Amino acid sequence: MSTEVAAGIAYWLRRLGGAVTGAVGQLGYASRFLLAVLWHTPDAFRRIHLTLREIYFAGVLSLVVILMSGLFVGMVLSLQGYETLKRYGADEQLGYVVALALVRELGPVIAGLLFASRAGSAITAEIGLMKTTEQLAAMEMMAVDPVARVVAPRFWGGVISMPLLAALFSAFGIFGGYIVGVRLIGIDSGAFWGQMHAGVDFWPDVTNGIIKSFAFGAAVSLIAVFEGYDAKPTAEGVASATTRTVVVSSLAILALDFVLTVFMFRGAKLV
Amino acid sequence: MSPTAKPSPSRAAESIAAWRVDPQVVAVELVDVSFSYDVRPVLRGITMTIPRGKIVAIMGGSGCGKTTILRLIGGQLRPQSGQVRVGGLSVPDLEPDALYDLRRKYGMLFQFGALFTDMSVFENIAFPMREHTELPEELIRDLVLMKLQAVGLRGAAYLMPAELSGGMARRVALARAIALDPMLVMYDEPFAGLDPISLGIIGQLIRRLNDALSITSVVVTHDVYESLKIVDYLYFVSEGRIVASGTPAEVRASSDPFVRQFVDGAPDGPVPFHYPASSYREELFADVD
Repeated sequence: MSTEVAAGIAYWLRRLGGAVTGAVGQLGYASRFLLAVLWHTPDAFRRIHLTLREIYFAGVLSLVVILMSGLFVGMVLSLQGYETLKRYGADEQLGYVVALALVRELGPVIAGLLFASRAGSAITAEIGLMKTTEQLAAMEMMAVDPVARVVAPRFWGGVISMPLLAALFSAFGIFGGYIVGVRLIGIDSGAFWGQMHAGVDFWPDVTNGIIKSFAFGAAVSLIAVFEGYDAKPTAEGVASATTRTVVVSSLAILALDFVLTVFMFRGAKLV
Repeated sequence: MSPTAKPSPSRAAESIAAWRVDPQVVAVELVDVSFSYDVRPVLRGITMTIPRGKIVAIMGGSGCGKTTILRLIGGQLRPQSGQVRVGGLSVPDLEPDALYDLRRKYGMLFQFGALFTDMSVFENIAFPMREHTELPEELIRDLVLMKLQAVGLRGAAYLMPAELSGGMARRVALARAIALDPMLVMYDEPFAGLDPISLGIIGQLIRRLNDALSITSVVVTHDVYESLKIVDYLYFVSEGRIVASGTPAEVRASSDPFVRQFVDGAPDGPVPFHYPASSYREELFADVD
């Protein structure tokens, strides 16, 4: 092996090592950050107006995009589902299929992805800009901990908002499925609701969806506040932190969804 | 108490109280302080004393470590070596609770104000009062209006920070910095980017508030002209070291090359015009791959 090749391999190994240790270090920092946020949770609830404000910004202001997306996803699901079920003469099962897909899977996942794009990115940008304009440093110098005053309320605002948004997404999705399935295609309304009522159980179907949406809300909120707090205090730094929030949150939602689904199916089998 | 002992929060509070009543206690003291960001040294053996009730300016070019000194005094950074003492307390050795106790006695004016953009002017000034006191809303209102009156912006109480000019934002930030009647106020580039009228107003406010409230002020700036009018003492920092110091009269009369370059605004001198680089001729005629 020539010296140049060996030097090249050593260079890439060093870069790989640097990247891995950097990622592990960042993970450790994020874990400590999560502990600090949890430590300051009582502050977030003692000053409940701050958390309510964040629920408004992360939750209420996300309603339009969540509800509209839910409606259209439900409509598409109904159309696609009908085309498939009709082949097997099971088109009356449409309500069941639409509801199950939404409450178990699509509701939490798509609502989580939309939440990361709209609210997560906004939280990162807001905290990042507060850092860039020295508002966080000013708070520290006023003996006010920014994690307690700024981060914890935003984190819990996101955690609380996400399951509510996912539930509304599923509800509007089912309504969209009803419009297409019953009003446009002409499936019997009683069959649509009856099959759904008979087939979808609160436990485990709805409960699993709620658990997932809580997990996605916690993951997205943590990533959003961490990326904002850790952003480089420059315009470019805030921009790349915002992008990272959306990318990392989306991947985290999909990976968490797989892990949680594995555990939930395993639990269902044991039952 | 030894300077390196770790005081408990209660002892820190006692020391802070002693600072208020004991005129012998020096407000701020840096002894042989060195600090580096990673491997880049910023401060190299800085020693300075800031007496109570005085306005002291720390001057120097951009990136010379002036703001780092403020961050060390504020406890946001820890020196690699040396001592930083405020009111007799060793700041780097304070536990977080004690440090926060100490910071309640600080006021800080950031370079661009650092006003909370989601709060009105009134809310910005009320913020530290609401965070640290149990005062009734009526009293907070009166106190906020008094602070705003002191900086001449009572009429702007309900404007948002985005509606303020640079000079007004700086004055609001000053009102917020003195909201809790601090014992030490730090000013980070208070004159940067201001028109001449705003600049004069801020300069006069720093002097008047310092004298009226018996506070100690540390002003980090590179505005020689304005500083010489209002401060009691100046330190000149270059490349992480104190290269000159003196009263405004001494600075005006100084023949020190660095002080002269700074006061006269000469582009070249002890602080070179060119950033260190290889030979201009060699670089121009070098082969480019």
